[in-house]
Amino acid sequence: MTDTAPVDVTTDYDLFDPAFVRDPYPAYDEIRETCPVAHTDRYQGSWMPTSYEDLRDFAAETDLFSSEDVLVTPRPELQTAGKTAYADVKAPPISSDPPEHNWTRRLILPIFAPGAVKQYEQGTKDLCNSLIDSFIATGRADVGTDYAQQIPVRVIATMLGVGTERADEFVGWVRGILEFGLTDGDVRIKARTALIGFFKEQVDDRRANPRENDLITEMVQAEVDGEAVPEDIILGVCNLMLVAGIDTTWSAIGSSLWHLAQHPEQRQQLRDDPDIWPLAIEELLRAYSPVTMARVATQDIEFKGCPIKQGDKIIMAFPAGNRDPEVFENPDEVILDRERNRHIAFGSGIHRCAGSNLARLELRIALQTFLERIPDFELIDPGAVTWAGGQVRGPRICEVTFPI
Amino acid sequence: MRVRIDDDLCQGHQMCAIRAPEVFGADDLGQGIVIGDGEVAAGQEDAVRNAANSCPEQAIIVED
Repeated sequence: MTDTAPVDVTTDYDLFDPAFVRDPYPAYDEIRETCPVAHTDRYQGSWMPTSYEDLRDFAAETDLFSSEDVLVTPRPELQTAGKTAYADVKAPPISSDPPEHNWTRRLILPIFAPGAVKQYEQGTKDLCNSLIDSFIATGRADVGTDYAQQIPVRVIATMLGVGTERADEFVGWVRGILEFGLTDGDVRIKARTALIGFFKEQVDDRRANPRENDLITEMVQAEVDGEAVPEDIILGVCNLMLVAGIDTTWSAIGSSLWHLAQHPEQRQQLRDDPDIWPLAIEELLRAYSPVTMARVATQDIEFKGCPIKQGDKIIMAFPAGNRDPEVFENPDEVILDRERNRHIAFGSGIHRCAGSNLARLELRIALQTFLERIPDFELIDPGAVTWAGGQVRGPRICEVTFPI
Repeated sequence: MRVRIDDDLCQGHQMCAIRAPEVFGADDLGQGIVIGDGEVAAGQEDAVRNAANSCPEQAIIVED
C-alpha cells in the first residue's frame, strides 16, 4: 500500500489498498465497464485486464507476455545491487516459458493427475477431523487460522516427503514470499532464502540417502533427454509446490467458509442435494478466485489498445474475469449448482494450475468435513474478518460461532 | 450425438469430467479424454453440453 488511496482505479489502481483487498469486485467492475484494461504507475507500473476475453487473450500470447516474473510487484531479489542467495532459483514451470515450460511441467503433471491425488483424500479427511476436534467443544473457532491455514501446508508437506513437524515455519516462509514480502523486499528475500535453503538440504540428503516412493528422490534421479535435471530446476519445483500449494488453497477454503457462514440456505441445499458438491466447489472457486498472476511484456506492442512497453507487467486479474457478466449470468451471485461455468480460477492456457486437482480435493474435503461436524455456524463479527490480497486473496482471521 | 476433445486446445482443467464423469476422464498427465468411442449415451446429452460450455479452453467439440 502507498500513502494515498486511488481516486480513479482505471488509471491508478492499487492492489494493496485496504479497501481493494477487502472487496476488489466494485473496482474490477468499474474498470471492466469503462476501460477494460487499467493502468497504474504504482509498483513500477503495470496493466490490468479485467474482462474474461482479454484475460484469455493475454494468457494465450506466451511469446508476447512472458511468465519469467509472475509476481504482481517487482521481484526484490533482482532489485538489490548484488544478487541475493538463490536468485537464480525460480519456480518452474509457473515461471517458465516454452520450451523449458513443456518439460518441467511434464515432471509434475503425473503426480497431480486426478487419479494420482486420490491417495491424499483419507489423510486430508483425518487431518480436517483432528483440527475440528481441537475447537469443536468451545463453540467458536477462527476458521481462517485454526482450520483453513492448517490444511494445505500439511497435505503438500506430506506429498513432498518433508514431514509436517515444521508446518508453522513453512506457512511463515510462504507468507513472507507471497503476502508480506510483496511490499517488503527484505522480508521476501529472507523467507525465500530460508525456504530454498531448506530444500537444498533435503535435495542433498536424497542424493546421499535415496528413499522409496519419494518425490524429491524421483526428481534427483530423473533424466530428461538423457540428462539429469539441473539442481536449480529441482529446487525451483520444490519452491513452487510449497509456495503455490499453501496460501492459494488456504484462501479458497477460508473464502468458502466465510461465504457459507453467511448463507444457511446454501448449507441446507448442500445437505439436501449432496450430488451438487462438485459443482458447488467450482462455483465457490469462480466467485472467490484467490489467485492473481502477472506476465512481463517481451517487446513494445500495442495490445487491446494499450501502448505496452517491453518489461511492463501485466496483472492477470483472473478473479475479475470470473465476474464478467458477458460470460457468467448474475456473476456476483453464488449459484452452487451453476450449470455453465467455464471459470479461470486456475488460470487459462498453458499455465493452467498444475495442482488444480489436489486443490479441488482439499477444498471439497475441508468443506464437507466441516459442514458434517458443524452444520450451523455464523460469523461472530463480519467487520472483524481480516483479508490478505494482492497476489492471493482470502480471509486470514475469520471467527465463527456455533452451537455446542 | 458425438463428442471429442481437441487435444491441442485442452489444458487439463478437468471441468468436463466434473460435469459429465461418465463421458470424460483424464489420462496420466491429467489431460482430458473421452471415455469410449465418442458416441454420447442417451440421457447424457445435457451433461455433455454443460461440459462443453464449462470448458475454459473451448476444447470440446459436440456434433448433434
